[in-house]
Amino acid sequence: MIAAAPARTWRHRHLLDVEGLERAEIERICDLAIEMREARASRSARSLLEAETVGLAFYEGSTRTRVSFELAAKALGATVVDLHVGGSSVGKGESLVDTLRTLERTGVTTLVLRHSASGAPHLAARATGLRIVNAGDGTHAHPTQALLDALTLREALGSLDRATLAIVGDVARSRVARSNIHAATTLGARVVVAGPPAWVRGYEGWPEVTVAPTLAEALVDADAVMTLRMQLERAPLDGEPALADYVREWRLDEARMRLAKPGAPILHPGPTNEGVELTAELANGPRSLIGRQVENGVPVRMAVLALLAGAA
Amino acid sequence: MSGARFGRLTDAPATLLIAGVRAIDPASESDAARDLAIHAGRFVDPAALPAGAERIDGRDLVAAPGLFDLHAHLREPGTDGAETVASGTRAAARGGFTTVCAMPNTDPPLDRPERISAVLASAVDAACRVRVIAAATRDRAGGAPVNVGGLAGLAIGVSDDGAAVPASALAALSTALAMHGLPLVEHAEDPELAAGGVMREGPVASRLGLAGWPATSELAVVERDLVAAERSGMPLHLTHLSTAASLDAVRRARERGVRVTCDVTPHHLALTDAWVAGSRSFAWEAGDLDAGLAYDGRCRVNPPLATREDALALLAGVADGTVDAIATDHAPHPPQRKLVPFAEAAPGLIGLETALSIGLAAVEAGLVPLVRLIDALSAAPAAVAGETRSLTTGAVADLVLFEPAARWRVEAGSLASSSANTPLIGRELPGVVRLTVADGRVTYRS
Repeated sequence: MIAAAPARTWRHRHLLDVEGLERAEIERICDLAIEMREARASRSARSLLEAETVGLAFYEGSTRTRVSFELAAKALGATVVDLHVGGSSVGKGESLVDTLRTLERTGVTTLVLRHSASGAPHLAARATGLRIVNAGDGTHAHPTQALLDALTLREALGSLDRATLAIVGDVARSRVARSNIHAATTLGARVVVAGPPAWVRGYEGWPEVTVAPTLAEALVDADAVMTLRMQLERAPLDGEPALADYVREWRLDEARMRLAKPGAPILHPGPTNEGVELTAELANGPRSLIGRQVENGVPVRMAVLALLAGAA
Repeated sequence: MSGARFGRLTDAPATLLIAGVRAIDPASESDAARDLAIHAGRFVDPAALPAGAERIDGRDLVAAPGLFDLHAHLREPGTDGAETVASGTRAAARGGFTTVCAMPNTDPPLDRPERISAVLASAVDAACRVRVIAAATRDRAGGAPVNVGGLAGLAIGVSDDGAAVPASALAALSTALAMHGLPLVEHAEDPELAAGGVMREGPVASRLGLAGWPATSELAVVERDLVAAERSGMPLHLTHLSTAASLDAVRRARERGVRVTCDVTPHHLALTDAWVAGSRSFAWEAGDLDAGLAYDGRCRVNPPLATREDALALLAGVADGTVDAIATDHAPHPPQRKLVPFAEAAPGLIGLETALSIGLAAVEAGLVPLVRLIDALSAAPAAVAGETRSLTTGAVADLVLFEPAARWRVEAGSLASSSANTPLIGRELPGVVRLTVADGRVTYRS
């Protein structure tokens, strides 16, 4: 049973990134997600968004995020429409802004947008009257992923206060990494990033992040480890390693994980490249929270949609 | 004076007296209150003015030589209608400019005498004088150099602006330019180093997830061209410099006796890379950034907006004279090329109507003396083009009259340019142009 909307209203019209959220706001999303998990099971949230039409505009491929948002919106009783970018007027050269303005005119109220260009959701928020939920923009942000990761970590560790989160892999081009850095540090954690030099470029300029020169140094005493998908579909960077070199130096395995705190969990935003970022044993073993991350996706997205619509 | 009015170079010359105005004339190094009189296209002795001259009260106003822009894109011939010679020169007049130098990246490019003559002919009755900077390579294609000798008297320099002159053409061009005394106006960008960059490389780009453009891209070409200038004796003018390192290279070269001049744009002096993240504070101001304003395509420009440190170094360079001139790089674009994701936005901002005001904001902040600002916007750029501008009796009457203490708000609807691509829309700026006179004709009055 969802509690009546608290007196303190949600002050953000959009969810463009995690960076602008306060600690109390992230905690609130996590708390509400736990309620939503129950509400979904008991189907008691089905009227919260019945006045809303949620549009899904995924200009970049996705399975888990798109399906997760669709299920979340439907569990809240919203009308859901998927833009199916491949078959839309986008192929006729209609601009992003024109497409979204057209959707707005048809009655879409909230737009879930994934796009390959960093900042596309910010443009959408300025150029239309839609409520925008960023489902991933270029290499910049993936707020709901970081929020579900925060919930998952909070459940596993109890609290992120003074915890050390190590993020390993292609951190430089990862919107998941950027959003997790903001979420985790806002919740009091310390973040260490590690990867081949080309993949940690730029983080030396982030005051809230430590760049570890080796995987071992990143893992020592880590409370939790997140490894990122090797993005084989992106253009190769200067100085990035071949697959075999990456596996040899940076893949997580049992031996390396012994450097971390005992029982330190492993996260991965998925989909994993089998045997590349981490061994199959680790991915399927007791440390892995990968399944839990996926399970938390729908409740977290329900919480976000409900808060933005002023329904919770 | 109510309601803006534009005039043309072909109008009847005006007869005016501007009484008791603070007249800043870099050519004579004077800054004093005086009466200025204009008649038959020249500054004349006020005592010699015919009766019935229009009298303008110069109190609270500043008079300076008509501003001279070394770098503007008028988008004619061809291109997408974002500007024309007519609208661009009106924008120039509104900004106090009496001369603009049009860059050649038009369609077709201005790489040969007949195309240049056509543009000059179309500008005869414009609201501002137009000079042409010709392309450096044939068709501006980055291949064979143009026939420099054929450009004498038609172009004030050559440039492949939008790109640097390719290394393969540099030696031949340098020799030809040295022989004819025409400057290379260089857009210093190494495309391999800049590759894929959409904003200045650095902490802001990293946080925004936008590909960064390193400062070395500019420095590499600056150093290359300084060597070429030293060896060939060609006049070299480096346009829109955006880094402290480039200025240091210029200083060192001058110590060796290299003949080099340079300009910076108002947007590199006042805006910073933080504007892409949503900041709206000038380089010398403190202020919070508004993430809701982040990724505004109107902040995309080549070279990209500078870091705060570089912007302050550029301002110091204007103040100490290392930077000869301020040039606008006025680059109009239609909305559909700017209201797109940042990495897809066409680079460039309009700047003719806001240049003086941005300069005055820097003066108000104590960063540049007013007299140096006026010089950087008028006499100094004119000198790069081989011309003089002054308020001396007998000189051609090119004048801007402005009210430094007045303020105005930048609004799309009231801009004279056909385009409104500037992130300064909505911002209040100091300094209102009251009168612009070109060749003795009133080309703008507010």
